[in-house]
Amino acid sequence: MEAENAVRIVNISKTFGSIVANDKVCLDIKRGEILALLGENGSGKTTLMNMLSGIYFPDEGQIFIGDKEVSIRSPKDAYDLRIGMIHQHFKLVDVFTAAENIVLGLEDRERLSRKAIAARVQQICEHYGFDVDPNQKVYNMSVSQKQTLEIVQVLYRGADILILDEPTAVLTPQETEKLFTVMRNMKADGKSVVIITHKLHEVMEVSDRVAVLRKGKYIGEVATKDTNPQALTDMMVGRAVALNIERPEPKDTVERLRIENLSLTSKDGVQVLKDLSFSAMGGEILGIAGISGSGQKELLEAIAGLQDVTGSIKYFPPDGNGGAGVELVGKHPLQISRMGVALSFVPEDRLGMGLVASMGTADNMMLKTYRDGHRLFPDRKPPNRLAKEVVEELEVMTPSINTPVRKLSGGNVQKVLVGREISANPTVLMTAYAVRGLDINTSYTIYRLLNEQKKAGVAVIYVGEDLDVLLELCDRILVLCDGQINGIVDGRSTSKEEVGLLMTHLRKEESE
Amino acid sequence: MTGAQLVSLIQAAIVFGTVIMFGALGEILTEKAGNLNLGVPGIMYIGGISGLAGAFIYESHAAQPTGIVGLIIALLCCLIGSALAGGLYSLLTITFRANQQVTGLTLTIFGSGIANFFGGSLNRMAGGVGQISTSVTSAAFRANMPIASSTGLFGKIVLSYGFMAYLAIIIAIVLGWFLARSRIGLNLRAVGENPGTADAAGISVTKYKYLATCIGAAITGMGGLYYTMDYIKGTWSTDGSIEKLGWLSVALVIFATWKPRNIVWGSYLFGVLFWLYFYIEGLTRSSQELFKMLPYLVTLLVLVMVSLRRKRESQPPAALGEPYFREER
Repeated sequence: MEAENAVRIVNISKTFGSIVANDKVCLDIKRGEILALLGENGSGKTTLMNMLSGIYFPDEGQIFIGDKEVSIRSPKDAYDLRIGMIHQHFKLVDVFTAAENIVLGLEDRERLSRKAIAARVQQICEHYGFDVDPNQKVYNMSVSQKQTLEIVQVLYRGADILILDEPTAVLTPQETEKLFTVMRNMKADGKSVVIITHKLHEVMEVSDRVAVLRKGKYIGEVATKDTNPQALTDMMVGRAVALNIERPEPKDTVERLRIENLSLTSKDGVQVLKDLSFSAMGGEILGIAGISGSGQKELLEAIAGLQDVTGSIKYFPPDGNGGAGVELVGKHPLQISRMGVALSFVPEDRLGMGLVASMGTADNMMLKTYRDGHRLFPDRKPPNRLAKEVVEELEVMTPSINTPVRKLSGGNVQKVLVGREISANPTVLMTAYAVRGLDINTSYTIYRLLNEQKKAGVAVIYVGEDLDVLLELCDRILVLCDGQINGIVDGRSTSKEEVGLLMTHLRKEESE
Repeated sequence: MTGAQLVSLIQAAIVFGTVIMFGALGEILTEKAGNLNLGVPGIMYIGGISGLAGAFIYESHAAQPTGIVGLIIALLCCLIGSALAGGLYSLLTITFRANQQVTGLTLTIFGSGIANFFGGSLNRMAGGVGQISTSVTSAAFRANMPIASSTGLFGKIVLSYGFMAYLAIIIAIVLGWFLARSRIGLNLRAVGENPGTADAAGISVTKYKYLATCIGAAITGMGGLYYTMDYIKGTWSTDGSIEKLGWLSVALVIFATWKPRNIVWGSYLFGVLFWLYFYIEGLTRSSQELFKMLPYLVTLLVLVMVSLRRKRESQPPAALGEPYFREER
């Protein structure tokens, strides 16, 4: 059994238009191992795995399952070969229950027997340590629950080869640990697990072997025990990259934003933000941590003027006049952004907010500037220049600045968005999930850009999910839990455990 | 309103409702697969003319035409004609990924044009407008149960219609069960909600979309057949009524929040609202038209209510109107 290949990929190539996503890639996946597939954005990891799961069909090359050559023309073929993929963007039907999603597309002859399905789901859950309620609707589920459901769905279909595409991107550290335990259980069962990730410490923690792709080409593989994060990064990027995030001491900090008693009740009557009070200082990076959906998005939107809030948001402009500060609550978003408060929000689907999918990089830059000048037709030169700068500086992979951004890979889309916001010379820069899904090299570029802003005296607010990064990058970390501030800790002295605990357990008043 | 008037209003509403019930049921099936087919009126036209032409040709060529044979021929012609119209729509929107709304509207124009062209030809062949005679077949369509006349009020209100009025209800019940309870129905709904997910789950999105649209069109077309063979008693009129009824069917789908069981009472309610003007004294021609607007007003009201309640299950299929291409990025 051991060291036998479950899957052998030989000389696979795939192109999308003029973009070569995979160029003669060879890869082996063994039985009973966890293989980490590593590579920068746009290096073709997801494309390669999509060809195994039947979403894409290779232009050339061969795939062997066991020692038989196969042709995977559809996801159904993949299931028949016992290959299951958990996609980065969940493939679930929102208005269906968990059980309905699990049995979707299965060709059993009998009627939908809810009891029988529930029993099998229960059996899988007990075996691997999941917790799934078969009758819960997907739209009521948290991100982590949805992911669990996807894994159960794949196991229900009897998959022996599981591919997880960036499964930890949206999980808390605790949830990630749980997922890793499950992955180890599956490995112990003799299943092959492939995990696509950018997070090197996860690779080191969970995988047996690492395969690296770079710009669509297969670079090589190493056993995890024989390597270290630095060596992996070098393989991925192709040159040596410094792996520590710098954190310059904050200098000349001045109060830029003072938030007092900020509350927000959503349209459904749920209180999303509860009585928040804090300050953001120019010249420092304020991190905001919290489980997804704890009010991070709403808080940033409130500051940007997109939410109807109660309380007070005082803005102290750098030119000094208005010593009492300018009240932002009640101001129009345009007025706020003109004052230099920039919001660069990277939503869960990157194209949902901030960029127009069918427009090119240059036109998307123009969305922020078309109001400038008083001519009838907007001036296209500055946005074109800016687009070129962003494309060059952040190494955006795009055929041209006029290619619709929806055709770019996710990470590249994000670079365009973040690049545009930073270029506007803000005095307050708010970013949410700025590095979500970005590879290590680009992430460090973003950290460097944020640090440059900080050194220039900008108040940077950084909403992040990777605690390691928050701890290394931020001067102070504000922890949100259930819409409340559960603590503001010093980034230099706190620990991952402390922040993790603050994220999940609301501190009781009396225990303070 | 007298008792007799009330009975006649209910009868008119049920006959009227049956036409749009077929249209709406077919459209639900189509929309559940994510295809917004605005060609409902066109398909009803095509279904109506196909059935009528079949019956007409049969009756003018057979020496001794019998009702049951005429009925089967008309029904088959209608099903084939309207399914072909659905196939055309599928080919354009699913295979060639043309814009669904535009294709649907074009199909409406195409259907009304082609139906009125052949309707005119049939009229000429028969010797003049209103001269088309398919009396034997039409009588078979309109035949009601013999006990209808002997069971008093119950017979008048419930039993006095041709078989297609009952067929519509049966289709509604079967369709409701199929969508909510069967595996294929579940897969179909997944295709309309999230084709990418359905595809990843191993469902053939293209096959489901084609089948749902063609079968849906066949059901929709039966509304046109019921209109020509029963409602206007086996002849052809070029006054555009079918088109009006077709749009009401589309509105009815929204009114029923995509649930077949709501279609049944919804269609009768639309019928009552539509015919109300006839039973209210002292209306002029122009104020009558205001009354005919009522079904649309009620649909708007339902739309607003559904949107306010924000219940996920009452929303249209999430991927309605969007083309699907697996390798799209």
